[in-house]
Amino acid sequence: MKHMTHLAVATLLSTTMLTGAAIAASHVPEGVTLADDQTFTYRVLDEHSSVDPQVVEDVTGAEIVRDLFEGLMNQNEDGKLVPGVATGFEASEDKMTYTFTLREDAKWSNGDPVTAGDFVYAWRRAADPALASPYQWFIELMSLENAGEIIAGEMEPSELGVTAVDDYTLEVRLTSPLPYFPQMTTHATTFPAPQSVIEEHGDEWTKPENIVSNGAYVLTEHLPNERSTRERNEMYWDNENTIIDKVVALVINDENVALTRYLAGELDRTDIPAGQYPQLKEEYPEEATSFPRLCNYYYTFNVSDSGPEAFQDVNVRRALAMAVDRNIITEKVMQGGQPPAYTFTPAAVAGFEPPTLPWTEMSQAERDQMAKDLLAEAGYGPDNPLEFEMVYNTSEAHEKVAVALSQLWKSKLGVQATLANMEWKVFLEERGNQNFELARGAWCGDYNEASTFLDLLDSDSGYNDGKFSNERVDELLEQAKTSDDTTPLYTEVEEILYEEMPVIPIYHYAGVYMLDTDLGNWPVDNVEQNWYSKNLYKIAE
Amino acid sequence: MVSYIFRRLLIAIPTILILIVASFFLIHFAPGGPFTSERPLPPAVLANIEARYGLDQPLWKQLWDYLTNIVLHFDFGPSFKFKDRDVNDIIAQGFPISLTYGSLAFLAASIVGIALGVTAAIRHNSWIDYTAVSMGIGAQALPNFIMGPILILVFTLWLGWLPGGGWNGGQWPYLIMPVIALSTSYMGNIARLTRSSMLEVLNSNFIRTARAKGLPTRAVIWRHAMKPTLLPVVSYLGPVFVYVLTGSVFVDMYFSTGGLGQAYVGSALTRDYAVLLGVTILYGTLTVVVNLLTDLAYAWFDPKIRY
Repeated sequence: MKHMTHLAVATLLSTTMLTGAAIAASHVPEGVTLADDQTFTYRVLDEHSSVDPQVVEDVTGAEIVRDLFEGLMNQNEDGKLVPGVATGFEASEDKMTYTFTLREDAKWSNGDPVTAGDFVYAWRRAADPALASPYQWFIELMSLENAGEIIAGEMEPSELGVTAVDDYTLEVRLTSPLPYFPQMTTHATTFPAPQSVIEEHGDEWTKPENIVSNGAYVLTEHLPNERSTRERNEMYWDNENTIIDKVVALVINDENVALTRYLAGELDRTDIPAGQYPQLKEEYPEEATSFPRLCNYYYTFNVSDSGPEAFQDVNVRRALAMAVDRNIITEKVMQGGQPPAYTFTPAAVAGFEPPTLPWTEMSQAERDQMAKDLLAEAGYGPDNPLEFEMVYNTSEAHEKVAVALSQLWKSKLGVQATLANMEWKVFLEERGNQNFELARGAWCGDYNEASTFLDLLDSDSGYNDGKFSNERVDELLEQAKTSDDTTPLYTEVEEILYEEMPVIPIYHYAGVYMLDTDLGNWPVDNVEQNWYSKNLYKIAE
Repeated sequence: MVSYIFRRLLIAIPTILILIVASFFLIHFAPGGPFTSERPLPPAVLANIEARYGLDQPLWKQLWDYLTNIVLHFDFGPSFKFKDRDVNDIIAQGFPISLTYGSLAFLAASIVGIALGVTAAIRHNSWIDYTAVSMGIGAQALPNFIMGPILILVFTLWLGWLPGGGWNGGQWPYLIMPVIALSTSYMGNIARLTRSSMLEVLNSNFIRTARAKGLPTRAVIWRHAMKPTLLPVVSYLGPVFVYVLTGSVFVDMYFSTGGLGQAYVGSALTRDYAVLLGVTILYGTLTVVVNLLTDLAYAWFDPKIRY
C-alpha cells in the first residue's frame, strides 16, 4: 500500500490550531443580486452506486455525499483545507497522533448532535470486513493503527486507532508519520455515519425516506437512472450561509443530449463532448470553460516477458514517443484545451515543478528526426517495418486518439500499428494480465501530490500493467515518502522516465464544461474538482 | 384449448430453467468480474467483498443458491453495484416504466401502422398510397437511436415545447418523445406488412365474391378482408411487443426515463450478475408468454387453426 506525502497544505497547517468559522457567506461578492430560485441542476453520466459515505466508490456518488455529509475538514475553492465538523486539530511532535476538536453546534438532520463517536463508528465501519466496502483500502492508506489487521479479519474493528476522548474530541493514532493526514479527512470514506439509523434500516438506510445526514443538504428524492434531489438541511450548523436551496442531479447518459438540454436551459452545468469546445467557445464564450484536471492520458508499453521483443529496446520506445505530435492530438482531435504531456505527472499537481526535459525544448521536426534515427538504430526501416497492436477501451474519443497516433507513426516512421478496442472490463482484465503490446492508460490523482501518479510506475505497484521496473525509480519514490523536499526526487524520476520511456505521455486532462453564467463560484481552481453546493449561488438574470 | 395452454406452460418451465443456467454460466465466463476495476482491490478487501456476495463459493453452489432463493423466496439476489437496492427493487422500479412507454409505443405503432397500410392498399397506386408508403419507409429508416436526438433537438431546443428527458411519474409531456422515438420504425414495418398483406387479400377469390354479391366496400374490408390481412401482422407484433420493452435501452439512455433497458445494459457492462440474470429471466418469461398469446391469437384470426 502506497502512502502519500507532503501535500502543499501540510505546510500551511502544520501543527497550528485552525480558528473556526473561516468561511462566511462571503462567497457572494458585493453587488451580486441573487436569483429567487436557488436551484442548481447538473448532468451526471451515470447513476451513482451509493450515497453511503463508507461505501461510495464513484465520482458521481462522492459529489452527492460531499453535499449530504460533512467530514472533519472541507476543501475551499482552491483545494485548500478549511474547517468542517472539526474546528481545528493538533498533531503530536512525531505526527503519529492527531487530535481533532469538533464544533459543538454540528447537528444531524434529525437534530441529534454530531459527536466524535459518530466518526469512530464510521471509521470502524469502513474497515469492518462485514461491510465489505470497496474503499476499505482507504482506511489502510490513512495508516490508522491496526487497519490492515482489521481488514484481514485478524482483529476486531473496535481496535482501530481512533478514539472519542469526549463528545467533541477525536484522537487518531497512526502507524507512520503523515503530515498530510488532515487532507485525507475531506474524503467521503471518513465522513461520519449515523449509527442508530444504520442499525434500524440496514442497507436501506440511504434511501430518502430513511437517511439522516449531517451536511448542508438532505436527500429528498431518488429516482434511479432518472434523477436525485437534495435539499437544504435546516439543522446544518452553517445553514444561514448556505444559498443554494435545492440541487438536482439528472442522469443523462448521452453527452450530446445533455448538451442539447443544457442549451434548452434545463441544466446549469454539463460536459462538452470531445471536439466541440472551440465551436461552443465561439458561440458561448462566457459559458464554455476549460481548466486543468488532475488526470493524465498515456499509452503503456508491455515491457514484461509476454510483451513484444521490439518494446524491450529503449530506442523503439523512445522513437514512438518522440514521433507523437501532441499538438495534433490536443488541438485537432481533443480540442478541449488539454495540455500536451511531456511528463507523466500533470503540471497542475500541487508542488510539482515539471522539469525541463530535452524534448520539451525541441521542435516537433527535431523530435521526428530523432525518432527516425532511433528507430533506424534499433534496426527497423522500410525493409523491416515495426509492427504491433495497440489496444484501448471502446469509446469514440479513445478511438480518435488511437487512429491519430497510428497515422502519425505510419506517416513519419512507416510503423504498422493495428488498432483493437475492447469493452471496459475485458480491457482491464487483458491489460492487468499483460495480454497486450501497447495499451491505453489514464489515471486521475487520488490526492493532489505527484506520487499519486509516479507510484504507478513503481515495480511493486498493482497498477503497473506494463511491468516497468527500475531500481532507481523505486528508490527515489521510497525516499520521497519521508523527504522534506521532494522536487529533486520527482525531477529525477521524470528524467529517468524520459530516458527509459516505459509509457508514452499523450496529454493531461482538462475539465471541459458548459457552466451557466448565472451559476456563481464554480471552483475551477480546485484541480481535484471537489465542489460543495453550499459554496455555490445562482445570480439573478 | 385448455390442455394446449397447460402443455405450453409446462414446456415453459424447462425453457426458462435452461435460459437461467446458460445465462448464469455465460456471464460468469465473461472476462472481468463485478469488482474488476482500474484500481485493483487489495486481496484482503476483494476477499471480504466476495465473501459478502457468496462469490467465493464454487460456481455450482452459487447457481444452486441462486435457484433455491428464487423458488423459495422469489428473491433474485442483491445488486453488486447499487448497494441499497436488490434485483427485485430494480425490476419493480424500472419495469413499470418500460411497460408504460413500451405499451403505448406498441399501441401507437400498431394502430397508426395498420391504418396507414390499410389505407394505402385500398387506394392502391394513388397519391395516398405513395404518401403512406414513403411515410412508412421514412419511419422505418429512423431507428430510435436516430429519432431520440432529433426529437430532443426539435421539440426541446428549437420549439421549447417538451422537456428534454426525465419521467416524472409518467406525466404526458415526458411520455410523448419516448413513445414517438420507440414506435416510428415499428410503425413503418407494420404499415408495409399490412399494405402488402391487404393487397394480396383484396385480390383473392373470396373478396371478389363478396364484392360480386354487392357488399359495400366498407363491409368487404372490415368483415372479410381485415382478419386474413392481420394474420402475418400479428405474427410480427408478438416479438415486437417484447422488443419494445427490451429494446428500450436507447429510449432510457436518451430520455433518462429510468426504465429497465438502461439497468439491463448497465448490468452487463458492470458485470452485475444478479441484475443481469434477473432481467434476462423477466424478458425470457415475457417472451414465452407473449409467444403463447400470439399463437392463441392466430386461432381467432384464422378459423383453419384449431388447438
